[in-house]
Amino acid sequence: MSGTTRAIGASTPRLDAADKATGRAEYADDVARPGMLYAAIHTSPHAHARIRGYRLEAARAIPGVKAIVTGADLAGPHCGGIIKDESMVARGKVRYVGEPVAAVAATDPETAGRAAAAIEVDYEPLEPVLSIDAALAPGAPLLHEDYPSYVKTVQGGGHGNVVFESTVEEGDVERGFAECDTIVEATWETQAQHHVYLETNGCVADVDASGRITLYATCQSVHHIQQRVAEELGEPMSRIRVRATRVGGGFGGKHASNIHSIAAWLARAARRPVKLVLSRMQDFEIQRSRHPARVWMRTGARRDGTILARDVRVTIDGGAYADESPPVLAFALLMSRGPYRIPNVRARGAAVYTNKLRAGSFRGFGNPQASFAGESQIDELARALGLDPVELRLKNAMRPGDTAFGGQQVPSCVLRECIERVRAAQRAAPPLAPRPGRRRGVGYAALSHISGLMGTAASVQLRTDGSIALATGCVDIGQGSDTVLVQICADALSVPIDRVSYAPQDSDSSPYNWKTAGSRSTYMTGRAVALATHELRAKMLAHAGDMMECAVEDLELRPGGLVGLKGLPKAVSFKEVALRSLFHSGGPIAATHGFVFDGPGFDPKRAAIHQLAFANLGVYTYGAHCVEVDVDEATGAVEVRRAWCAHDPGRAINPAACEGQIQGGFVQGIGYALTEAMHWNAEGWLTTTTLADYKVPGVLDCPVEILPILLEDPDPTHPVGAKGVGEISLVGAAPAIANAVADATGARVRRLPMFPERVLAAIDARA
Amino acid sequence: MNPKLHSVLTINGERRDVLAPASATLLDALRSVLGLTGTKRGCNHGVCGACTVLLDGKLARACLTLAADVGERAVVTIEGIGGNGGLSPVQRALVEHGAIQCGFCTPGVVIALSELFARDPRPDRGAIRGALSGNLCRCSGYAKIVEAAERLAGEAR
Repeated sequence: MSGTTRAIGASTPRLDAADKATGRAEYADDVARPGMLYAAIHTSPHAHARIRGYRLEAARAIPGVKAIVTGADLAGPHCGGIIKDESMVARGKVRYVGEPVAAVAATDPETAGRAAAAIEVDYEPLEPVLSIDAALAPGAPLLHEDYPSYVKTVQGGGHGNVVFESTVEEGDVERGFAECDTIVEATWETQAQHHVYLETNGCVADVDASGRITLYATCQSVHHIQQRVAEELGEPMSRIRVRATRVGGGFGGKHASNIHSIAAWLARAARRPVKLVLSRMQDFEIQRSRHPARVWMRTGARRDGTILARDVRVTIDGGAYADESPPVLAFALLMSRGPYRIPNVRARGAAVYTNKLRAGSFRGFGNPQASFAGESQIDELARALGLDPVELRLKNAMRPGDTAFGGQQVPSCVLRECIERVRAAQRAAPPLAPRPGRRRGVGYAALSHISGLMGTAASVQLRTDGSIALATGCVDIGQGSDTVLVQICADALSVPIDRVSYAPQDSDSSPYNWKTAGSRSTYMTGRAVALATHELRAKMLAHAGDMMECAVEDLELRPGGLVGLKGLPKAVSFKEVALRSLFHSGGPIAATHGFVFDGPGFDPKRAAIHQLAFANLGVYTYGAHCVEVDVDEATGAVEVRRAWCAHDPGRAINPAACEGQIQGGFVQGIGYALTEAMHWNAEGWLTTTTLADYKVPGVLDCPVEILPILLEDPDPTHPVGAKGVGEISLVGAAPAIANAVADATGARVRRLPMFPERVLAAIDARA
Repeated sequence: MNPKLHSVLTINGERRDVLAPASATLLDALRSVLGLTGTKRGCNHGVCGACTVLLDGKLARACLTLAADVGERAVVTIEGIGGNGGLSPVQRALVEHGAIQCGFCTPGVVIALSELFARDPRPDRGAIRGALSGNLCRCSGYAKIVEAAERLAGEAR
């Protein structure tokens, strides 16, 4: 590699790509330890039941069984991220079919499975609550009678089955509607979507002679798992070490820890390593989904298209445990205004408990539900006003200096450019030939999202040969953060990327990172890497100044690992600087930088906010999608033919990785829009537990022409201007496709996924 | 109990002894008995394609193939692609074109494309998409995988 090539802006192949292409990359199920046992989980056959007792004799009698754990063994507090309402195995009650009730470790997987099946649990079945309406019905059975006693970091729920309620309001909605010439109103419904990371959840828990546990886990944060397992096992965090394996996809589904404590508990009890890897069926049954939601929305405008008011009510189905329901609801409300200047907006919402799988974090985090309703309604409003939907968006689009819903100042905003660019690209593309029996439609969606949240840190060290050791707690879950963070570090030191090593995540040594979530890795951890590297550079220059007997201001970095004297050939190498440091400052030159998201928060003078799960969010990102679809007149099947996705990555550190995120997010959005749905039957059994029943888009379901457009508008708060595009790329697919279906057929589908029969029904309803 | 069977499999050109329960799949044998963990278990029910291997040059789902049924057929796994630790043209195309994200589907994708290029060095887009239609990828949206294969096909022209 040429020493003069800038690392930032290069579509460098990922650092881990060759290992992944050759099968060398080590994922959780590839980890093996000497003497390793295998765990199996006994799960609940009831959606809602009281546990009266356990009979373990038959399971214990099976040769090879080394440890069993049930809820009766747990004495510590309940766990959970926001509301501490759950345990690694059920205690007292089961609240969904598939909930872990007990677990076994045995010498081989088959024995563990037989032993788990031999565990007998005495249940008293209770009436299950399986929908939002059932949860809110007067006299509905309560899922969590102990809700008032749970430890919580938010308030705002607790009556009946309500987990959390929140309101955000700006302006005067009633007065706004009074001034409108046209008002549209409708209700949208969305389904539970599963992440379907190709690698199911799993871990190996090892234990040393002192009982200290080391977990090898596929995860989105080693620090989070360490905290949860320590809490659940009643151990100090110093006794729990977590190391990240390669992660076969996460998308939010590996955001919170559920099963790690089970493996750790069994390993501690058996004093042997334990592997726990979920089958695909168990992963569907016991992990988490995107929240099913009902969104009622009313929007009004003047005759000229100026939108004056919007009223929104969002109800999300959180399933059996709170998990991330409070912040998902709050974020859905904040996104429900859309990226528009609307002076009078009221968004109210509730999250409820039901006897189904917990819903939690999933790429988009409440925004896909809100934007499906909001961006569909913009098209319906345009139709009611007799205006072009793209022009209506452009007329009301946020501009630089505007405020987001909640009152946060937005210094930069390329939304209008995004909308215009996808429209221009679609118009300039050679038209696809019409096909008999298919109707063609074009649809748009305009989007915003955030990039930020919480704390992170990085450390960087000059090795004695002049190469660089970079470490962060940021786990690469497939999006390419390892490579991007190394590019940021290498660029700041003008060295090729192969001079920078990147440490795998280990809770014993990695700088803190909250999670790989919130589209935050490039923005948050990238900032920490840049600033730690700048500090390292300053320390290196101080040494070099002493060595060359000159002022630091007269020095410059030269490509390839040199510090030179400006205007002169004289230079010292990084290696010479590093070796000197051993004798002058007692060790390698090192620097760390850590921070918590420090951007502007909500503005109470602008917005009346009742209960949000956070004080500030992050920097805003913008985007626009345009899709062309064909709708089969006979079957109602929708095929996406081409898509244009304009996004604002601030600055694309690795453009190919950025494009890959956008294309992959959009296709996960196609699945959400058209094919993916988890289904529970009347007894609360999940019936979609295989990849044959739950339809993830395959290559033939997707266009190859998903054309990313990167509009780089450097973010002023990031040393190299970068922002995240990981989530926003999913958000536009469903509304843009729904708008294209309406354009093609005149029929409006307000329920996801847009299965062919629902499209046909909407076409019939129109007639 | 599950009695164990002994079989001798030809894997990546080597004869390997396998002692595994009669119910063991080829995927179980590769991953658990032989330590060849490059072949991935994504669903274990034949849908995702992450466990794809070659049996006498033809695509097979290792999770749906009983180890004891393989017999004399030659097995090629991801560890047998490339050789001498280097990358095959298919692997190199995927790496260089940014077609690999989480990487869990990648071994299966490499095998599927290797089988395609072995019988058709210059496949068109339709042939490439057809060859990949048995492999799920949750990260990439497929676009860069298809384009990487098209680039490789272009080099052969």
